[in-house]
Amino acid sequence: MGQAKWVSSRHSRKKNRVIPGFGLSMGITISMLSLIVLIPLLSIFVVLSGVGPADFWKAISDPQAIAAYRVSLICALAAALVNALFGTILAWILVRYRFPGRRILDGLIELPFALPTAVAGIALTTLYSDNGWIGKLLAGIGIKVAYTPIGITIALIFIGIPFVVRAIQPVLEKLDGQYEEAATMLGASGWQTFRRVVFPEIRPALLTGFGLAFARGLGEYGSVIFIAGNIPYETQIVPLIIMSKLEQFNYGAATSIALIMIVFSFLTLFAINFIQSRLNHAAKGAE
Amino acid sequence: MNLANPAETANRVQEKPRDPGKAAKYTLIGLGVAFILIMLVLPLITVCVYALKQGWDVFSQAITDPYAIKALRLTLLATVVAVVCNTFFGLFASWAISKFHFRGKQFLTTLIDIPFAISPIIAGLVFILVFGRIGWAYDFLQTYDIKVVFAVPGIILATIFVTFPFVARELIPLMQAQGNDEEEAAALMGAKWWTIYRKVTLPHIKWGLLYGVILCTARALGEFGAVSVVSGHLRGKTNTLPLHIEILFNEFQLTAAFAVSSILVVTAIIILILRNIVEFKGRKEEGEHVR
Repeated sequence: MGQAKWVSSRHSRKKNRVIPGFGLSMGITISMLSLIVLIPLLSIFVVLSGVGPADFWKAISDPQAIAAYRVSLICALAAALVNALFGTILAWILVRYRFPGRRILDGLIELPFALPTAVAGIALTTLYSDNGWIGKLLAGIGIKVAYTPIGITIALIFIGIPFVVRAIQPVLEKLDGQYEEAATMLGASGWQTFRRVVFPEIRPALLTGFGLAFARGLGEYGSVIFIAGNIPYETQIVPLIIMSKLEQFNYGAATSIALIMIVFSFLTLFAINFIQSRLNHAAKGAE
Repeated sequence: MNLANPAETANRVQEKPRDPGKAAKYTLIGLGVAFILIMLVLPLITVCVYALKQGWDVFSQAITDPYAIKALRLTLLATVVAVVCNTFFGLFASWAISKFHFRGKQFLTTLIDIPFAISPIIAGLVFILVFGRIGWAYDFLQTYDIKVVFAVPGIILATIFVTFPFVARELIPLMQAQGNDEEEAAALMGAKWWTIYRKVTLPHIKWGLLYGVILCTARALGEFGAVSVVSGHLRGKTNTLPLHIEILFNEFQLTAAFAVSSILVVTAIIILILRNIVEFKGRKEEGEHVR
């Protein structure tokens, strides 16, 4: 098989011929990918084939599951929106301004990737519970955060912020300051310049960051479960439903809901790719 | 006086239109810094304060607890195996994808990215579906008396799964950007594959490789969801450090939970610093190449 690919690639591009190692590296790549990722994933379909359409439908349309889809979607969306706003601000100040502590701020952005999610989860829960530092303040004005959807959203903001900042930052760094200068000279205000000149340039990156943060939020578990509190119909997110079905040894239902979740994550990623290619086309058309 | 006046007014004229810009600058910096302080720094401070709340003795007792040490050992084992395995994969996958043209390359890259796109809970679930009581490999494992689910191999497998793309994803774009010219020259002069990789390719990608390894380590150390599904929460046997923290927290042993967490906070900060150093060095070297 490796030999056949070798020959066909020789025809398509002559220069491939000289570099060695195609067969071996491709063989190792495909076998490891299959063993670790693809075959285990396919067992979802093996199990589902034994579930039957009626049970499948019952599992995914269970009112508790539907409530969980809603909670997961709304919280992930709210968190991604907040992150889109603050992520843009953070990327902007990190690239455009010089102020003391900028490098430390820049390094801190990736903390949510480095800090184990369970640690973030218990820290946020303690911070926002009724006698925690922030929870106490908010309880004073009648806002309850821990064990409510607001708490879930806060955990998802924590986990998603690096995606947006790191998506926008390189685009802003490459952006030529000349257009902004021209806009300012023509009398545009700072906000007008940002909205008309800078924003269209960073929009695709913002969308990517937003989508990644949203997708991560849909599947996030460790940082959320502590602050969510697992109240059915209120703060039960989809991963928690899957987990509780597994604890009841209801593998069929767990797998059915897992499939819905996978479909949803892939739809999100496809949607982002689609919108992005549309935006790129539009940008090219404008030129 | 008279001479100074025009200069002063000129200064004022120059400064005035800049004022709204300055106000915006400080407002935005204020907003950004406040966001980071409240969302990221405050949780870190919470961990440290609560860890030491009941004094040093309680703290050191919690982190030298035999269960905590066993959990730390298992976490380190899973991390080392995952990093070695995924680095091995990354080195070969990036070579296959960046140095050759073949049909379905984009598709293959997408497949490698799958573990990033799905929830860690599902990553754990799939191993239960393969090796668990309903899994198709269960009978085989029974006959040879091998335990995967609710045992150490399951935890290691789940950790490998969730960190699978890290190194490959870092290396592929880097090697694609580098082009094939130097490797072709080396091959034409008769160098063997491994020699080319080590002597020609590796020096260009070493910072990217290190970067991928650091990210992979961070994720493997902290993985919670996937490991939680396959562990079965057997204390002293299948508990990793994050799972140990969960148990302590749910048993209302807050100080102990935060004390153990503080170990992971320290590793997280070390990882952040290393990451920044590696990124800085990588960029610097890239700059030198351009010059």
